[in-house]
Amino acid sequence: MIMAKAKPMDEIINEIKGFRKVLIAGCNGCVTVCEAGGMKEVELLASALRMFFMREGQEMEIGETSLTRQCDPEYNRELQESIRNYDAVVSLACGAGVQFLAEMYDNVPILPGVDTCFIGVTEEPGVWTERCQACGQCLLASTGGICPIARCSKRMANGPCGGSANGKCEVNKEIACGWQLIYDRLKQLGQLDRFEQPVDIKNWSTSRDGGPRKIIKEVSRQ
Amino acid sequence: MRLSYPTNIRIIKVPCTGRVAPIHIMRALEKGADGVFVAGCLEGDCHYQTGNLRAKKRVAYVQEILKSIGFEPERVAMYNLSAGMGPRFAEITMEMVEKIRLLGPNPIRLKGERKEKAA
Repeated sequence: MIMAKAKPMDEIINEIKGFRKVLIAGCNGCVTVCEAGGMKEVELLASALRMFFMREGQEMEIGETSLTRQCDPEYNRELQESIRNYDAVVSLACGAGVQFLAEMYDNVPILPGVDTCFIGVTEEPGVWTERCQACGQCLLASTGGICPIARCSKRMANGPCGGSANGKCEVNKEIACGWQLIYDRLKQLGQLDRFEQPVDIKNWSTSRDGGPRKIIKEVSRQ
Repeated sequence: MRLSYPTNIRIIKVPCTGRVAPIHIMRALEKGADGVFVAGCLEGDCHYQTGNLRAKKRVAYVQEILKSIGFEPERVAMYNLSAGMGPRFAEITMEMVEKIRLLGPNPIRLKGERKEKAA
């Protein structure tokens, strides 16, 4: 799931201070789960912004809504009528949602209200951590289900590096060494022979290096 | 006990302070309340285990939001007392009212634009 965190309040205030009518548009997808951009966050942000502008004496109307998803056109279309009443929209969706909304409504500024961070999991309530970098060619079958691209700070295909000490990464002692995790897991699975053969250099063209990516599934096309 | 406490407070009953969400506190302030305090059970005495501890975190969260928009975080507070502590309740309300009096009225009311419609 895509994880995001709220932008600092002053950054959002700066984004919208030149407008008079602003819609805060949440997304009920991933960002709701990581408590950055669902309806609850929309209500809180809208309330805080109204209080800020009321105290400043600046006329500011703030609307609230949250779409089922902002990465599918049918849900974004729901704003077709109401968006005309606003000078700008602060989208609390991930970067994909903000852009997709902006593509549909090209005469209204669509501004980001969150910083999109990573593809990850909910480790425990209030704690979200990274698991996948969407490299486009999954290696998990040969690494015991632990991703060396997302979990190793150096994205090494053949690790660990010399910076691994006591199971921790040299980048930060709070970070577990991804390759230590892989070693422990493969040992548990009786697959330590994986380490006998280095894997080939990873083809990064399926990742960001190949430019913006696209998936087409013919059977589903209209 | 015939205890007296300030008449300018409005009590909103909830089954447990765990029910109090940040938006409830924010809306009270947005509607013009000068301050809000959440009165939960004593820590460790929550009938629902952790309701009052959740409320404590949420009060702190609202204080952070208030700071981020330039409002005094002291306008919001969390107190813990049991249902049998009437005198303490009177004491807390007086303490809170006095604290808010020193801070002055809610800045948005000073602008004379009290939000009537905030639901």
